[in-house]
Amino acid sequence: MIDAKDREIIEALQGGLPLVPAPYARVAETLGMDQDALLYRLAELKSRGVIRRIAAAPNHYKLGMTSNGMTVWDVIDDRITELGAQIGALPFVTHSYERPRALPDWPYNLFAMVHGADRDEVEAKRTQIAGILGDACRARDILYSTRILKKTGLRLKAKG
Amino acid sequence: MTLDATDRAILNRMQDDLPLTAQPYAAVAEELRLSEHDLLTRLSRMKDDRVITRFGPFFDAAAMGGAFCLCAMSVQPEDFETVLTKVNAHPEVAHNYERTHRLNMWFVLATETPEGIKATADAIERETGIKVLRFPKLQEFFIGFRVAA
Repeated sequence: MIDAKDREIIEALQGGLPLVPAPYARVAETLGMDQDALLYRLAELKSRGVIRRIAAAPNHYKLGMTSNGMTVWDVIDDRITELGAQIGALPFVTHSYERPRALPDWPYNLFAMVHGADRDEVEAKRTQIAGILGDACRARDILYSTRILKKTGLRLKAKG
Repeated sequence: MTLDATDRAILNRMQDDLPLTAQPYAAVAEELRLSEHDLLTRLSRMKDDRVITRFGPFFDAAAMGGAFCLCAMSVQPEDFETVLTKVNAHPEVAHNYERTHRLNMWFVLATETPEGIKATADAIERETGIKVLRFPKLQEFFIGFRVAA
């Protein structure tokens, strides 16, 4: 759980970290804290997994990765953990999750997001995944995104 | 903009964690054998040009007591825009994508409490009359996230 001070820090950083030589000092100043106190809090939030990492979110489109496919797979349950880890480790898979099936509408339990310059590249990567899953996979599909309908960052609502 | 080899090296490095030190960019610049000024200038330019959409901490809403859930709906093409307006009106809808499938609307709900997911998904079902399939993550196979620039 996070306390009121953590919440203030998170709100201050939602827009990003300033690109200046001493970014934490800058943020600390806006929060009326000293830098060491802020760094201590941030380390604490990181150790608890509230902050995963402080890093850049690249724009796939601008990097020429204009095609993205959500590949989905029906993997037998007792092999999902082992095989999911292998799929997650592939360099072209950016996110990979086990999710519940929603039968009869949706038989798939493994989701892996694959990016590529075009659909041919995405399909080639998908074939590679199929090769790893082998007989443990009973059905598969791929869903391409055709339109971004909404995209906002994590918005923390002010709590009373 | 075109990215040169140095920009690419920066982009690859900056998808990893920035240290929690007083001058974190100086430390990264040293690793990359650049000046801090050059690193910050290039980072700012990539951010201005939207090659980097955001630079900063990645938060895990679940670790803050909140929740995320991937949801999907099957929307008739003629109703798509009407349904979209209703779905997007919920601030809990963080991302929403149209995808090539019978289930053609895929969105992520981000709420401050686990109960918020059910409340929001149920509200969307009531407002649209369309079933909202829910796919919370059971396991994350988290290694990369990294895009080779």
